[in-house]
Amino acid sequence: MNTQHLQTDFLVIGGGTAGTMAGIKAKQANPDADVLILEKANIRRSGAIAMGMDGVNTAVIPGNSTPEQYVREITIANDGVLEQKNVYQTGRWGFEVIQELESWGVKFQKDHEGNYDLKQVHRVGKYVLPMPEGKDLKKILARQVKRHKVRVTNRVMATRVMVKDGRAIGAVGFDVRKGDFVVIQAKAVVLCTGACGRLGLPASGYLYGTYENPTNAGDGYSMAYHAGAELTNIECFQINPLIKDYNGPACAYVASPFGAYTANAEGNRFISCDYWSGQMMLETWKELNSGKGPVHLKMYHLDDDTISEIERVLWANERPSRERFHEGRGEDYRTDGVEMNISEIGLCSGHSASGVWVNDKAETTVPGLYAAGDMASVPHNYMIGAFVSGRLSGINAMDYVEGLEHVEPDPEFLATEKARIYAPLDRPDGVPHTQVEYKLRRYVNDYLQPPKSPTKMDIGLAAFERYHETLDLMGAQDPHELMRCMEVHFIRDCAEMAARASLYRKESRWGLYHYRLDYPEKNNEEWFCHANLKKSETGEMEMFKRPVSPYMVEVNLQQEVYDVAVR
Amino acid sequence: MALATQRVDVPVIVDESKCLEKCKACIEVCPLDVLVKNPETGKAYMKYDECWFCLPCEKECPTNAITVQIPFLLR
Repeated sequence: MNTQHLQTDFLVIGGGTAGTMAGIKAKQANPDADVLILEKANIRRSGAIAMGMDGVNTAVIPGNSTPEQYVREITIANDGVLEQKNVYQTGRWGFEVIQELESWGVKFQKDHEGNYDLKQVHRVGKYVLPMPEGKDLKKILARQVKRHKVRVTNRVMATRVMVKDGRAIGAVGFDVRKGDFVVIQAKAVVLCTGACGRLGLPASGYLYGTYENPTNAGDGYSMAYHAGAELTNIECFQINPLIKDYNGPACAYVASPFGAYTANAEGNRFISCDYWSGQMMLETWKELNSGKGPVHLKMYHLDDDTISEIERVLWANERPSRERFHEGRGEDYRTDGVEMNISEIGLCSGHSASGVWVNDKAETTVPGLYAAGDMASVPHNYMIGAFVSGRLSGINAMDYVEGLEHVEPDPEFLATEKARIYAPLDRPDGVPHTQVEYKLRRYVNDYLQPPKSPTKMDIGLAAFERYHETLDLMGAQDPHELMRCMEVHFIRDCAEMAARASLYRKESRWGLYHYRLDYPEKNNEEWFCHANLKKSETGEMEMFKRPVSPYMVEVNLQQEVYDVAVR
Repeated sequence: MALATQRVDVPVIVDESKCLEKCKACIEVCPLDVLVKNPETGKAYMKYDECWFCLPCEKECPTNAITVQIPFLLR
């Protein structure tokens, strides 16, 4: 096995939405610095927006809304537990991001007068900006990465952040094609590896039939944890209302501005707002269990031209294979509702609130380690939030690395990690990663899928702890299989975090995301706080409370209860 | 451990008559890295059944040799 040694000033782990922007902004801040993006796929088509995006969900455009209004709406939608100053950044810098993307050739929908054509999907305020031609977003970003002379290493997966004397000094990983061990020294590191999209098992039973890009296996959640960083509110799961079996968005964000809406089997509305929130998911869960299911996205009342317009957007962007899925089943939006179901659980701050704890500079609690995008704890952040947090990490890391020197990695750490990574190759006839992953994720469904029961979660937690032994049985026959094996390690870590955090917060919050059968009510007296976790000095996973910082935008949560139920 | 090989229906179908021996476009863009070349024929094929049916392989193929089906379990 060869070892590659690399050095860079700023290491970006994950070249998706946040990562490409982090690299570009770092080079804009200091063109002389060396910036390296490490990507386990290929940045041309990687991450959540591999096939583009059909719209911006968090566009704060002057004249339409203000960052303060946006912070207010997200505070209410997220039941008050958040760091407002982090969310504010998304509102504050989102417009600049949109303008810069536009200067690079990304197209956003405009009205006849040339103004941004914003739509209302949230309960209050217009924050959705359609991108009917957003399919090549990632190719455009990859081109800008090259133009800005950011170095890129594709097909290398990071497995651990290196930490010495309390600060991040680089990362290790391996080449998923050649198998080389890769050691990268860096003065600062940003983790932007996306969601943990492979946590629960899809109802179809297909391991990769997930909502999130299945490459996003919770790598960054796990790496941040082992680096000693704090994570927060992991019990606030990502659960989405998706096309049944296909497991992709239906997509109400595109279709509802045209008049589509989510309806029960009788064709009636049961929610007043299609914006994804825990409360909206709880109403969907109740409807599905009320005898009035299944629920569907209803478009068949719209005229033919409108439906054609919706199809034009949906068949080209984000998840274009929706078209052939419906075709294969002989379904037509003109006559059929899109049957929807509740997804398996995942972790994703972009859609809910769990993630690696960051401040408004994208700093984690480990000096020199940043986090951005779907894995950083900025609630409801979506794509524009990922761009903003990537931007913040790139700019702030460039300040941080000023005057810093590289630090030699600890040889003992390298030897231990190398042995951990390559162990499955020594067992080519070991249990295949597919089976090991399937069972782990089935346990996640069995014991963690809300509504949450304490005894079930205890059993699940014990199973996840025991699963270390199962991981040691896993065998790989080539570097590709080794990549999947190491992803199963990430998934196991995320499952343990999800169980411990869910057991810790003894109340219900965020609708279905954290609905506990034994504590069905919200308890602001004891739990109006963040539930954080980290690896203790002795290597144990420890849970603790962190207060919610004083609000910068006043919100009266007693009066402003998020409620989208139709009664 | 004792292992068995099982047959599976894979989503990515390559029309070998159209696939170019020297082209690696599909292999380079696949997020899951599931496509490889058959060393004997130089044609691409799906080696690992780990597909997100996301379509970059199909869209970036210069000869339209690739068809992505929805994976059987979801279809």
